[in-house]
Amino acid sequence: MAKVLMKGNEAVGKAAIEAGCRFFFGYPITPQSEVPEYLSSELPKVGGTFVQAESEVAAINMVYGAAAAGARVLTSSSSPGIALKQEGIGYISNAGLPAVIINMMRGGPGLGTIQPGQADYNMAVKGGSNGDYHNVVLAPASVQEAVDMVMDAFDIADMYGTPVIVLADGLIGQMMEPVEFNYVPRKGIPEKTWALTGKGDGERHVVKNLVIDPDDCEQWNHEHFEAYEKILANEQAWEEYLLDDAEYAFVSYGTASRVVRTAIGYLRAEGYKIGMLRPKTLWPFPQKAFDKVDGHIKKYLDIEMSMGQMMPDVAYACNDKNKVVFHGRTGGNVPTVDEVVEFAKKIMGGDK
Amino acid sequence: MVTDDKRVRIITGHYGSGKTEFAVNYVTALRESVEGKVAIADLDIVNVYFRSREKKKELEEKGITVIASNLEGAGVDVPAVSGAMTTPVTDKSFQYVVDLGGNDVGTLVLGRIKPLLDPAETDFLMVVNTYRPNTSTPEGVIEQMENLEVAAGLKVTGFINNTNLVRETTASCLSEGDAILREVTKRTGIPVKYVSYVEELLTEDIPEGLAGELFPMKFNMRKTWM
Repeated sequence: MAKVLMKGNEAVGKAAIEAGCRFFFGYPITPQSEVPEYLSSELPKVGGTFVQAESEVAAINMVYGAAAAGARVLTSSSSPGIALKQEGIGYISNAGLPAVIINMMRGGPGLGTIQPGQADYNMAVKGGSNGDYHNVVLAPASVQEAVDMVMDAFDIADMYGTPVIVLADGLIGQMMEPVEFNYVPRKGIPEKTWALTGKGDGERHVVKNLVIDPDDCEQWNHEHFEAYEKILANEQAWEEYLLDDAEYAFVSYGTASRVVRTAIGYLRAEGYKIGMLRPKTLWPFPQKAFDKVDGHIKKYLDIEMSMGQMMPDVAYACNDKNKVVFHGRTGGNVPTVDEVVEFAKKIMGGDK
Repeated sequence: MVTDDKRVRIITGHYGSGKTEFAVNYVTALRESVEGKVAIADLDIVNVYFRSREKKKELEEKGITVIASNLEGAGVDVPAVSGAMTTPVTDKSFQYVVDLGGNDVGTLVLGRIKPLLDPAETDFLMVVNTYRPNTSTPEGVIEQMENLEVAAGLKVTGFINNTNLVRETTASCLSEGDAILREVTKRTGIPVKYVSYVEELLTEDIPEGLAGELFPMKFNMRKTWM
């Protein structure tokens, strides 16, 4: 398929359709409103269903229902809207159901601002709902990567029976970039033999959340964590950018990593041996990448559009919190290339 | 030449066409070419990012009057426009560029100045990027044009061939846009006025014989890491 120029929000909508998603339930919120707008016109054309729910809470519970019935289903929102969906995400997770949730993050907390942010890291990665559970969290840094990750998110959700969050931000949602759509499904996606499709003459299927007996509930948790072990083993994804000879490594994801990439160009031109480890999955966090490069990295420079929510994961991954330093902007602001360059120079202190 | 266009230039185009980048470059070129007052109005009530008002300071430093929402600030997504948008229409000492919102809904804002507009001194220019899914065929361009015309109550007087894939743009992009817009011109009689491209993106020669005057641009709205 030839490349077209699309806004991130439209492109993720099209990516979902290409991946076979035929159900969207959501509610508009800046800066992601073009996702429902796009799908409201495009889903009916392919026989799909678009519902603008009365609230985010209603929308996520419609997602729960469609997922239980075996559908590929999507919802999307931006930070405060995702906060509203947390209860439903926990229910979907506990029921072991596949669903895809897109968050085009904006500045927070609370209603915050409509400008871009990355301060929902903890909500997505540490879990904003109750109980022992994980979301798979994918973090695209371009419109093309957002497209590819949305497509893959449906496959990952189906493989492991878990909600998958695509955690982008308002800039990825609003930015125009060239994209192409080449969905190739993964091999080994299991059939949804458990789906609530009507008993008929077949066997009775049950999708449930309440597990009253503590032993049963504990066992239920352990089963979820067996799936998480497989995800941890199989799904870590990252990019290594100019790390081969690097003595310093930025750690940055999404939009912030784009600023960092440009900053590295200036720093390399001055002879600094610096690169970037860019997590593409935030959960599972790419521990394998740190294990690989940690031997020759003196410091990790964590750059985020938050107050440093990823730092504890970087410290854990390199097993040395003294090696991790942080610079970030928050509340809707994006770090500039100049301030990232200046911060890095301060940390490296002329060490080339 | 930007000086040959009519006094009031209303720039429209579906969102993603590159309308704002073109409008900001156009008003800058206009400022460099004429004496007297030059104004740009950002009437975009559709998009919330990448609006020309983000460049208010830089444009004002060049001596361009910037009219945006009467609600200041990048974080405001209220569909409010400033009453000052009418001044450069009635005050004929202004050269005026209007950056209109991204679709037929955004175009409704024009209703505020429509009764004051003299068609004899108004150009209604439509920016087209044929890599946008809605305007990838002559039929698509014409359909979008008609939607914009109905909403605006104005007839498009010229096209801007702004066909690009941002940082993946090649000279052949301009030729592809040219072929589609020539067909549109054949069917509608509306000419291509400019072929616009960001200079730093094109290392090859621009193909010869493209419809419209070449209009080299600089990135204003996109940062180096975008």
